[in-house]
Amino acid sequence: MTAARPLPRRRPTSRVRQVWDVLAVPVVAIVLALLVGAVVIVVFSLLVSRATFDIGLPLKAYGALVNGSLGSFDGLVETCVQATPLLLAGLGVAVGFRAGLFNIGAQGQFLLGALGSVWVGAALATASPLISIPLALVVGVVIGALWAGIAGYLKAASGAHEVVTTIMLNYVALAILSWIVVGPLRLTNSPQPVTAGVGDAALPIIIGSDGHLGLLIALVAVPLMWFLLYRTTIGFEIRSVGANADAARYAGMRPRFVIVLTMALAGGLAGLAGGVTLLGINHQMPAGYSTTVGFDAITVALLGRSNPWGVLPASLLFGAMRAGAGLMQIQAGVPAELVYIIQAIILLFLIIDVLLRKLPGLGAAKAGLITTDASQAAAEGVTAAAATIPPVAKGL
Amino acid sequence: MDALINGLYGIPVLGLFFQFGGYVLDLLPILAQTSIVVAVPIALAALCGVLCERSGVVNIGIEGIMLVGAFVGWIVASAAASTFGHGTPLPVFGITAPLVIGLVAALIAGMFLALLHAWLAISVRVDQIISGVILNILALGVTGYLNTLIAAQSPQEAGKFTALSLPRDITNLPVVGWLLHAVLDQGPIAIATVIIVIVLQVLLFRSRWGLRTRAVGEHPKAAETVGIDVIRLRYRNVIASGAVAALGGAYLSMEQTNSFQAGMTNGRGFIGLAAMIVGRWTPIGAFGAAILFAVGTAVGQAISVGPPNGQLGDLLSKLPAQFFDALPYVVTIIILAGVVGRSIPPAADGKPYEREATT
Repeated sequence: MTAARPLPRRRPTSRVRQVWDVLAVPVVAIVLALLVGAVVIVVFSLLVSRATFDIGLPLKAYGALVNGSLGSFDGLVETCVQATPLLLAGLGVAVGFRAGLFNIGAQGQFLLGALGSVWVGAALATASPLISIPLALVVGVVIGALWAGIAGYLKAASGAHEVVTTIMLNYVALAILSWIVVGPLRLTNSPQPVTAGVGDAALPIIIGSDGHLGLLIALVAVPLMWFLLYRTTIGFEIRSVGANADAARYAGMRPRFVIVLTMALAGGLAGLAGGVTLLGINHQMPAGYSTTVGFDAITVALLGRSNPWGVLPASLLFGAMRAGAGLMQIQAGVPAELVYIIQAIILLFLIIDVLLRKLPGLGAAKAGLITTDASQAAAEGVTAAAATIPPVAKGL
Repeated sequence: MDALINGLYGIPVLGLFFQFGGYVLDLLPILAQTSIVVAVPIALAALCGVLCERSGVVNIGIEGIMLVGAFVGWIVASAAASTFGHGTPLPVFGITAPLVIGLVAALIAGMFLALLHAWLAISVRVDQIISGVILNILALGVTGYLNTLIAAQSPQEAGKFTALSLPRDITNLPVVGWLLHAVLDQGPIAIATVIIVIVLQVLLFRSRWGLRTRAVGEHPKAAETVGIDVIRLRYRNVIASGAVAALGGAYLSMEQTNSFQAGMTNGRGFIGLAAMIVGRWTPIGAFGAAILFAVGTAVGQAISVGPPNGQLGDLLSKLPAQFFDALPYVVTIIILAGVVGRSIPPAADGKPYEREATT
């Protein structure tokens, strides 16, 4: 690190080669994870179900998975519906990564944002959708942003690590949700604790039987977030603070302000994910509402290399797995939890990309795990002192 | 005496505190016992965290290790019971051969999962937070997957460890009685937890291993120069911590209940992490914090079952039950933010150690 290392000489590479270098690690990680998933299916069916050895079982399971998610128009719509909250929340987590922040709190931000949207939606259930829907979504965004902003403020003001504070805030959010739905917002004379329905504030269906307006909102968010990160001053500040907060401060930027702002942005996106999910699908908030979107968003952001254009296909992949998991369980008798196993193994292969890149043909591939501009620079072969220790791992 | 108590209770505002004190004092034997029951898995998770972070490895996969411990312990005990039969339980703790086999299997499984984290964090030097996230997702997936397959076959139950029932003569002793009742009227894992806390506290601050562990967590390079094998010590401690966390999981499925549900750890690994921070990375402190959190839960339960009478009861019944659920997390955030004294982690916590080239 002491002497300036000469930049690697740039060889003219073909277009195909360039695309392969970007996609290689994620694609190999996904393929390997599916293979491991197949082994898991066979081994567990032999050991636990005492079934006969059936090499066709994984094919049957994956066939059902693909069939349920991509095999029909309804399946495709369902894939998009499942991908929508993952995309929005995943964009939020990715923005956090770019600023060097590890936001594990998308879960809590999602829940409170959803609650805020449902609250407004239910209050304006009979008002014009032109007023109630935007207002409900904005309230969801604001509540999500404020909730994440707490963690951002604590980080900026006292250095409290955002990983721990966001985990804690997740559980506080869960308690608040349960208290509000069981208490003040409970729909009277309903056997289960649940809020009132959102009525006319429900998002209109734009495609298929349940493809709600949220699909479009999520899709629009991708270029917007890309533009914000790569074409605006604030985006440059976010990326600079993530790459090297000290250098950013010397350059006259305000890392503390950027940290709070980035957390609020991430929380706003997670809150929006909650808002569109509840206004688009559930239409009311039960006290026991449970979701794993907040955690899946982390995987989606990592698989998408913290780049908005990468998060889009990553969210579609996980949306497809969620859409098809039900059919897989019914047709092949393979529990839907397989999706988590595959998810964990994809992540595993992504973080051990150092080892993965020793495979033939992957030598020039870019790192699987890109969280900041510093790690991106390292993956592209540019020496950056800040890249040796990911900012996330500094002290907890 | 009664007149004095009524007098104290009657004081405006301050009287409420006396009423609350009297309410808690009345229920103390029960509260103390419930608190320990609730605190044990949290304390074991916190001890796992202390072991890891004192040697410089951040582990947010404790939740996953506990879940695997709970599942493996339960399923192996159940498989052993259906293969070899239950056997007659020993008079103390209701120990049977299948239960012991299950417990050992749980500890080994926990150590294997911890080994994965150790390999990723120490050798591959990946981001330790992501490695912990992987552990959690993997554990949720594998235990959920197997549980769905196994539940279809309605497995035989292996029973559970039972509490040590103290003779009434002892529990009826004044003051000492309820203390003994709280700590000793427990199953083997709960009692072991109290012992582990004390042993770890002594080892960490009074033994050669403890000094080395702390050195490796604060300044690995300095430790290496005096001849401590940083990598090996970190491996050992992280693997050992896996057994501790798995014990906490096994407590849930083999002592508190005799069954497993998907995701039954329900965030206890994360509360354990919180207890570790509030307890300032010491075993005794972490245990104290776990008890503190558990007392909140226990009082919350007591209030929802039998609220106190009078003014206080009116006030407490207005307090949402979820208040006590959120309390541990809020306390942790406040302490992290430094409002009530900072809690400072070991200096090298979360930083991978790279040995310098030996030429």
